[in-house]
Amino acid sequence: MEQLITFELTPKMRLDIDAWVNKFPPEKKSSAVIAALTIVQNQENWLSLAMMNAVADYLHMPQSAVYEVATFYSMYNLEPTGQYRIDVCTNVSCMLCGCDTIVAHLKERLNIGFGETTKDGRFTLKEVECLAACGGAPALQVDGQYHEHLTPEKVDAILARLEAKA
Amino acid sequence: MSTISLNEVCMRTLGLENPWSMASYEKIGGYKIWRKIVTEKTPPEQIIEQLKLANLRGRGGAGFPTGLKWSFMSRNTPGQKYVVCNSDEGEPGTFKDRDILRFNPHQVIEGMAIAGYVMGATIGYNYLRGEFIEPFERCEQALNEARAAGLIGKNILGTDLNFELHHFLGAGAYICGEETALLESLEGKKGFPRFKPPFPANYGLYGRPTNINNTESYASVPVILQKGGQWFLDLGVPNNGGTKIFCISGHVNKPGNYEIPLGTPFKTLLEMAGGVRGGKQLKAVIPGGSSVPILPGATMMQLNMDYDSISKAGSMLGSGGVICMDENTDMVKVLERIAYFYYEESCGQCTPCREGTGWLMRTIKRIVSGKGQMRDLELLISVSDNIMGRTICALGDAAAMPVLSFIKHFRSEFEAYIQNG
Ligand SMILES: Cc1cc2nc3c(=O)[nH]c(=O)nc-3n(C[C@H](O)[C@H](O)[C@H](O)COP(=O)(O)O)c2cc1C
Ligand code: FES
Repeated sequence: MEQLITFELTPKMRLDIDAWVNKFPPEKKSSAVIAALTIVQNQENWLSLAMMNAVADYLHMPQSAVYEVATFYSMYNLEPTGQYRIDVCTNVSCMLCGCDTIVAHLKERLNIGFGETTKDGRFTLKEVECLAACGGAPALQVDGQYHEHLTPEKVDAILARLEAKA
Repeated sequence: MSTISLNEVCMRTLGLENPWSMASYEKIGGYKIWRKIVTEKTPPEQIIEQLKLANLRGRGGAGFPTGLKWSFMSRNTPGQKYVVCNSDEGEPGTFKDRDILRFNPHQVIEGMAIAGYVMGATIGYNYLRGEFIEPFERCEQALNEARAAGLIGKNILGTDLNFELHHFLGAGAYICGEETALLESLEGKKGFPRFKPPFPANYGLYGRPTNINNTESYASVPVILQKGGQWFLDLGVPNNGGTKIFCISGHVNKPGNYEIPLGTPFKTLLEMAGGVRGGKQLKAVIPGGSSVPILPGATMMQLNMDYDSISKAGSMLGSGGVICMDENTDMVKVLERIAYFYYEESCGQCTPCREGTGWLMRTIKRIVSGKGQMRDLELLISVSDNIMGRTICALGDAAAMPVLSFIKHFRSEFEAYIQNG
């Protein structure tokens, strides 16, 4: 059972979390929870209960308070997720600028649908809301980077670069 | 058209080398005002006077006068106070704050420092949406430069003034752009909006007096003080001072950010954006982000881009996100996508919004799938009416207004879907 597996924050994670804790008043450590979860997820690609519990312990927060945050925000992955999560915007401006073509191309290239992960565990495809990049529609975000004015060729180049990196 | 001045306020560094650097910012007079305020201890009332004269209205969507807002939080109230910047930018069609943060981060920092001084707040937080990694890095770099120059931190420029600033990153939630949800998020909670009153000026971050403004609002302040409230006011039209960044997207040839004087004719803005793609007719425009009522293209062509003109025509200037649609656009499908957004992003706290956004989305989906009935249009209207004004925050209204306006202006398209199946 997953609950029995424990997770330990690495020294690097602790250091990174501490930097965030220091931005807030000493008695307001829980303000760092959003960053702490992001730090763990950046390493592990997702957040298990054990990981959330480790964050709760470290910030002296009730576990339930951490779960509440983890389940509320859309950037957290609550199940195993590919090394790269591709967030494709399908909101109005991107829709008007042909994001359908981009989505179809990604689904075909990766052979997965929204919310799914490639067999090799490399990519997860996600439909997201407006990324504030509508001037460069259609747009997507992956690996902390925005890609705008997408075309199928650009998508291929992005995938190739990530594949080479992975 | 060439007489329209571009980038006079928040985008001033564009065109300079490394526009985000302190060197570039100082080249256009950056931090001069902050240095002056710190060394001369300018009376805060004088600063508020200039903001009022400038007629700066909040650029986050609601258009509340910034000078007035700043006067609600007294420098003399004892205890910790905060200034918070709203860089959550999630309103569909809006992408200006991202560019301010990427290309002119120092001006936001200077604006927030001045706000801290005026209201006696020694700590500031700038809340960036979680996806804004590149803007975050630019802001951090700028903050380091400002700290190294003694402009931010303890004993600013050797005086007894302190102002510490921190950048925060969210984790994906449109609702966190609502100011009290944003405060909850800063406190490490899910983003549930709070009941108002009490307003943040009395009970804000950690229960302390807090001032919240949008990125563009803060970034406007240093220029206003540098060049004078009257100068800013004169850039725009009466009651609509200054410039505004319009984010124009959709079916135009040159989408992007255009910082132009308030009161500029929409026609001119559209020309600057290269006109409608493929030389097509303009069918409709959402003039202020997806939450505001849509207007027919022909109506827009007669309007000026300022708060009062747009509101007289039945919509709102909102965040300045101008979404343009050509004659071939399927309005029913556009509304379907918008309705899905509000359904997806409703935080679920208030029943009318949680249930209503689901009703709206499902009903529109039914119409799109060809299974709609004429009474569905009345249903959409009545559900919208029942959400409006019955929720803690304005997300409910934001979900309802597009529906009402799409049906009002493009009813025949909905009817066609229903009749033809
Ligand atoms: C659902 C919702 C989302 C909002 N999103 C944003 C946003 O992304 N950025 C923003 O500045 N204001 C947003 N606002 C408006 C803020 O609540 C608030 O009015 C604004 O930050 C005040 O700053 P200003 O007076 O400088 O405009 C949003 C409001 C609502 C109801
Ligand atoms: S609609 Fe896609 S980035 Fe805004």
